[in-house]
Amino acid sequence: MRAGGAIASRRRPALSADRAAGAVILVVAVLAPLIFSDYWISALLTQTLFLGIVAASLIFLSAYGGMVSLGQTAVYGIAGFALGNLTTNGNTKGMNLGWAEVPGIAVAIVVALAAAFIFGALASRSYGIYFLMITLVFAVIANLVFGQVTSISGFGGISGIPIPDFLSRTQHPERLYLVTLAVALLVYAALRYVVRTPFGLTLQGIRDDPIRMRSLGFRVAWHRTLAFAFAGIVAAIGGILFVWWNAQIAPSTIGLSATIDLLVIAVIGGLYRLEGAWLGALVFVVINNYAPDIGFISDRFHTLIGVVFLVIVLLSPRGLMGLWERVTAGRGGGAMTGDITQERGSGEPTPVG
Amino acid sequence: MEEPVGPGSRWGPFERRAQISATPMYGRRGLGGLAGSATLRRAGRWLLLAVVAFPVVWVLFIASGTSFGPAVSDPKDFLITLLNGLTAAALYFVVASGFTLVFGLMRVVNMAHGAFFLLGGYIALRIQRNMVGLGSDVGLSSAQVSLSQWIVPTLVAIAIIAASGLLMQQLLLRWNQGQDLRQALITIAVSIILADQMLAHFGGVPKDISWPATFDKFVDLQVADIQYTLTRLIILGIGLAVGLGLWYWLKRTRTGMVIRAGVDDRDMVSATGINIQLTFAIAFAVGSGLAGLGGAIGGSFASLAPGVDANWLLNSLLVVIIGGMGSLGGAAIGALLLGLTTNFAAAYLPSDYTFYSIIFTFILLAIVLAVRPLGLFGRPA
Repeated sequence: MRAGGAIASRRRPALSADRAAGAVILVVAVLAPLIFSDYWISALLTQTLFLGIVAASLIFLSAYGGMVSLGQTAVYGIAGFALGNLTTNGNTKGMNLGWAEVPGIAVAIVVALAAAFIFGALASRSYGIYFLMITLVFAVIANLVFGQVTSISGFGGISGIPIPDFLSRTQHPERLYLVTLAVALLVYAALRYVVRTPFGLTLQGIRDDPIRMRSLGFRVAWHRTLAFAFAGIVAAIGGILFVWWNAQIAPSTIGLSATIDLLVIAVIGGLYRLEGAWLGALVFVVINNYAPDIGFISDRFHTLIGVVFLVIVLLSPRGLMGLWERVTAGRGGGAMTGDITQERGSGEPTPVG
Repeated sequence: MEEPVGPGSRWGPFERRAQISATPMYGRRGLGGLAGSATLRRAGRWLLLAVVAFPVVWVLFIASGTSFGPAVSDPKDFLITLLNGLTAAALYFVVASGFTLVFGLMRVVNMAHGAFFLLGGYIALRIQRNMVGLGSDVGLSSAQVSLSQWIVPTLVAIAIIAASGLLMQQLLLRWNQGQDLRQALITIAVSIILADQMLAHFGGVPKDISWPATFDKFVDLQVADIQYTLTRLIILGIGLAVGLGLWYWLKRTRTGMVIRAGVDDRDMVSATGINIQLTFAIAFAVGSGLAGLGGAIGGSFASLAPGVDANWLLNSLLVVIIGGMGSLGGAAIGALLLGLTTNFAAAYLPSDYTFYSIIFTFILLAIVLAVRPLGLFGRPA
């Protein structure tokens, strides 16, 4: 919605349009507690931000590593469940270790990182659609593990997870929102930074031509594993924020439909630009919250999401960011027609740093 | 300096990557290749051997804390578990063979396969209840159901699901040929819509198709006093029949020959004047129909509820990832390994740890991927 306004009003060269839109969004995002109702802040925008963080980990892998991973929800859930097991104290499912918040968060992220490393190592020698399938299997198995192993969660999940007092969603929705916003900005900056480091450039080289990179002496599988683990940290941070926001986590939080929802977010936003993560998350969250109020949709909002997803995949596979780029690039006339043939042939070569 | 990050990840490069996915360079290396050292690789091989050998030794000789005891002292329960594993494998195979057939020929990963399975089950359920005619909300007992009241619903479900699959392929997938990620996303969208519509029409309460009275009994196997359910043996029979049928179709008929040629080189087949689009359509209908058959059997064997589609998508994916995408023999082996692993893990874990059995599915997948990233029978695209 925020970006939507900018799309309509600006037609300048892409770079400055991007910057202007980014500046407007940043200002609106920081001032949001003054502009929007508490409901929007606590229910919609905070959720948008942490879902965007998880989606950004997916988009990072797909845009810069060529790996469309459906395993991000598994990592996100592992971090959330680890935090739940470590910090709850005796009155819920799971191990109830009763740790303090800070070591709990640190260990939860390390556990999720370890899981992401294992997942990455196993999937790192698979490419394209194989990679997608293998990571999807990881996600579904993680869901089943938490659903079945009652000593760490069980079907009903972990509830009553303690949250730092000053961040309580009910009492201080704007604080949790601002913390989430700060984390999201840090994650965005970190991802933008990483893709410019030698590590990120190598990753892009592997995305474009793994065989050549291998013959140049890079350890392709190892590099992809590391990238997956790094994205795992980002997804884990999203999982921690989710637990702070929701105070509970259940296996259904990371089920197949959640996995697909995350993919929907990334595809709606655009699988090739990090900004798309938050844009897609905003669209998804708004549809998710308001579609049930529309009479003829009511309970069938998942059908609506499926249809929106289908239309985007069919007509604008580069997502909303793709539309935005076409509008700002001055080719606005063709932006909505969705000419598929243009999508494939228009690849300008990737500049090499 | 120019920003070094270009809009590289488009649909195009993705497809190219899918093709190189399986050069021997990547395909033939174990996880040792990842670690990059010969010593590690050797250590990995020993670890692998131990991981494979230990469960066998455990089941045969130790099995402490389980309700059965080791196989050498309790062969009856061992044989029953083995039969359970084989019959589960038969159903896995029926469903996954359709998935792998479609993938092998068209490189389409049909993520709606699980939704087709569930829809097939629901269609068979509704037809059966209408045929028996005691009101559609009442569960049936097998005494009320005759043989034809099971077979006809199953056949209709197969036909409708085959037609639905064909429709999806013609309307949505055909004009995106060669863009495998995009096709996968399209089928995911279809599965979201189908799952939600099924929830709307059939509700969230688990329901099951009733076996006919003819099937619903025990047979004496004449071995170790085992009384085994006939329905499971029927599933085993259907699985074998499907396997043999597919084998005959692919190896001995003209259509099958074209399909096999198409798996190897689509463009060349097309260039010889064969109507490859017709072949694609047939394969997609058959592949989807097998999901429908699986749904009818699965709905009789277990029950139909939201979430079952996800489980069967998982099963199909596991079978073909383990066995190797696009290989029918691989699907059979993958189904066997998965069926045996899940059943033996559930039966032979110490009683307090039974719920860890799902982890063994992951271990199986991890072992196979560590040794053969393309699956046991996988080969380069």
